[in-house]
Amino acid sequence: MTIDIKTLKVEPRRNTFGHIARRLGADKPASRYEEATLDIQATDNFHYKPLWDTAHWHYDASRTAIRMQDWYVLRDPRQYYYASYNIARAGQYQATERNFDFVAKRGLLDGIEPEWRDTVGFYLLPLRHMEWAANMNSTNMCDRGYGTAVTAPCIFSAGDHLAMAQILGRVGLALDGNLGTSLQEAKTAWMEAPEWQGLRKLAEDSLVIEDWFEQMVAQNLVIDGLLYPLVYGAFDKAGQTRGGTGLSMLTEFMNDWFAEHSRWVDAVIKTAAAESAENKALLGQWCRHWLPVVKDAFAPLATRVLGAQQGAAALDEVCAALSKRAAALGLS
Amino acid sequence: MNAPLKLGLKQRYSLLTSGLDWTPSYQPFEKIYPYAEFEGIKIHDWSKWEDPFRLTMDAYWKFQAEKERKLYAVLDSFAQNNGQMNLSDVRYVNALKLFLTGVSPLEYQAHRGFAHVGRHVPGVGPRIAAQMQSLDELRHVQTQVHTLSHYNKFFDGFSEFRHMHDRVWYLSVPKSFFDDARTAGPFEYFIAIGFAFEYVLTNLLFVPFMSGAAYNGDLATVTFGFSAQSDESRHMTLGIEVIKFLLEQDPGNLPIVQKWVDKWFWRGHRVLGLVAMMMDYMLPKKIMSWREAWEIYFTEAGGSLFEDLARYGLKVPKYADVATAEADHLSHQNWATFYQYCHAAGFHTWLPSAEEMDWLSEKYPTTFDKYYRPRFEMWAEMEKEGKRFYNNALPQLCSVCQIPMVYTEHGDHGATSFRVSDYKGEKYHTCSDGCKDIFDGEPEKYSQAWLPVHQIFQGNCGGAGLEDVLKWYKLNLGADNLQQAGSPDQKLWDEWMAAKDKVAG
Repeated sequence: MTIDIKTLKVEPRRNTFGHIARRLGADKPASRYEEATLDIQATDNFHYKPLWDTAHWHYDASRTAIRMQDWYVLRDPRQYYYASYNIARAGQYQATERNFDFVAKRGLLDGIEPEWRDTVGFYLLPLRHMEWAANMNSTNMCDRGYGTAVTAPCIFSAGDHLAMAQILGRVGLALDGNLGTSLQEAKTAWMEAPEWQGLRKLAEDSLVIEDWFEQMVAQNLVIDGLLYPLVYGAFDKAGQTRGGTGLSMLTEFMNDWFAEHSRWVDAVIKTAAAESAENKALLGQWCRHWLPVVKDAFAPLATRVLGAQQGAAALDEVCAALSKRAAALGLS
Repeated sequence: MNAPLKLGLKQRYSLLTSGLDWTPSYQPFEKIYPYAEFEGIKIHDWSKWEDPFRLTMDAYWKFQAEKERKLYAVLDSFAQNNGQMNLSDVRYVNALKLFLTGVSPLEYQAHRGFAHVGRHVPGVGPRIAAQMQSLDELRHVQTQVHTLSHYNKFFDGFSEFRHMHDRVWYLSVPKSFFDDARTAGPFEYFIAIGFAFEYVLTNLLFVPFMSGAAYNGDLATVTFGFSAQSDESRHMTLGIEVIKFLLEQDPGNLPIVQKWVDKWFWRGHRVLGLVAMMMDYMLPKKIMSWREAWEIYFTEAGGSLFEDLARYGLKVPKYADVATAEADHLSHQNWATFYQYCHAAGFHTWLPSAEEMDWLSEKYPTTFDKYYRPRFEMWAEMEKEGKRFYNNALPQLCSVCQIPMVYTEHGDHGATSFRVSDYKGEKYHTCSDGCKDIFDGEPEKYSQAWLPVHQIFQGNCGGAGLEDVLKWYKLNLGADNLQQAGSPDQKLWDEWMAAKDKVAG
């Protein structure tokens, strides 16, 4: 038997907004991602040139050398809009929260071998400053980028990097019994330790990249593409034999995040490269420029954590994987 | 290992956040923060910034995700149950059209503007707060689009909101307002949007629209309003913290900040004229008059705010007294303008009914019967005779606020208020002393303005005829524009109501 509730039938006069219908090719129902994203940024008839950049409008496609016929082809395969982004991250962080509780309850960090514990303090905690640079770069890409399809995920990414900086801070507090001394030591290492200076220089150099799409390649493809597999892959693996399992649980967020983030980054770069030979050449050139720079910057840290030979091997391995990934995106 | 130390919220937040920044040495500070100094603001110690929220990113995600789940459940339910049929009256929908075309795009601008500030202000605390506000503002534009998407399925005037915002004559008023802020330096943006708009004036924008929704049966929009309330409170707190911080850091900041407060108060007040007419003329069930809202939210709340800020030497914005006096005229002059030009607008107008005019007389005892009732009664007569009045001359626009020069002289309501400035051999007209001061303060900026009427005359808007221009606006003639009576919206609504009565009967 079926139950049939009687309601007044009303027929919609249209399914979606005009600009969305033109993109879909017809007036048909659109997704929330589409309605929240497509053509949302203003494009025409701006009133004043920015006092801070009189050569451009505040939304200006010419802030990058990358040229797109239509900036809204750079879609996010995750289809994130504000609600779906926050709901996804809140869910992911619940797992992180449970892991922190579990590790604290079982005293899992106490099992780390003392020497490895020092190593962890040295390699892991200063990365919160790398995360902070990544946060600023992502915010910058949102500020200077063109078209909501690509700029909205940049501010989401900025939030993600802040969260990861704070996860690293929590790891530090878990290691030092909430004194904060480990974070102060980490900052000193970041500012002074020779192994960190290449990375700090890289971070500062990345902050002043003029072209936001180059910054996208440098940060999202190359820096992220080496950092997460090296640190949360190779370094973490080395810790497994030295009592570091509990630590892996605390930073698992980073691995999950990196896999998801890469799907978006790949889609953006692949689509931009496919647009024209000029884009492809430029993206390839940026990738070729930054890859050795970033590799060199990580080398002293890899040596410090894994030893000269293993460190170099691990770095070669993540670089080879990244080169393969770049090639798959159409970057030579 | 010893038991971990117990951390208070403040201490924990500070450990996790405040040390993230460092003093660069491989790149010069000025290259990393290139816009930190050109406005003349001096900050000596960013560490003195007290973060008012202490929200870590995970806490942000958790709160916001919870709010979004609830909001979207209501939006889905509203759509499923055709909640639009429970509105007080279909005329109300025109307020939503004004909101989507005029206000929602500003939320987007705020999102990108706070990303700019969130990158460029040196100081980790305000930078994170600005980034979170950037996220919030993206939330607001997206949830507003999603909320009003359902209305777009049934009513005219919503469909081309994005296209219209960049082109239509009256939408250049809110657009140029935000373009002005976006093109200013990061500190001015913070004061313009964070303080003047969010703190001083937001209650005059947000509260009337959302209360209007509540009074008129718009469950979807009022739910959005409630959901955004805690974001707005955070933004207001940030706005007040920023102004106090700037004033505490250096005495030399005071004259700069005062100039911005004066400018943005007046600029904001002009934009809010659209809200004034919405409250007094467009809501079928009225919340309160614009005059009353101004008394409560500006005169009283703003009064105590500026009393509080007096210890820093900050004064009540210049021309606040003029704005207060003009509150008796603003909504009437604006609605009269749209009545005359609604053939070129993306929403419908109507004349106030006899009861509504009585309400206006009561709320505006010194002005309505004297100046405005006779005009509306005359137009009503003309409508009866089949000579509905449309103004076919293009109006002159103010070079700053971009509103047609329809306002009367402060203290002489029989005369048009009209000011002129000379700049590089050209004449620039403004509507008031407030706008003239702003023009004269930055003539290079305001002489660039994309004034819709000038652009039409220059042939940049689709052609010379009204129809050409309206097509260029993507305004669907005979549906989006003209009177409420006889519109497709009205026809559809009347059919629904008849069907409802039939079912009920």
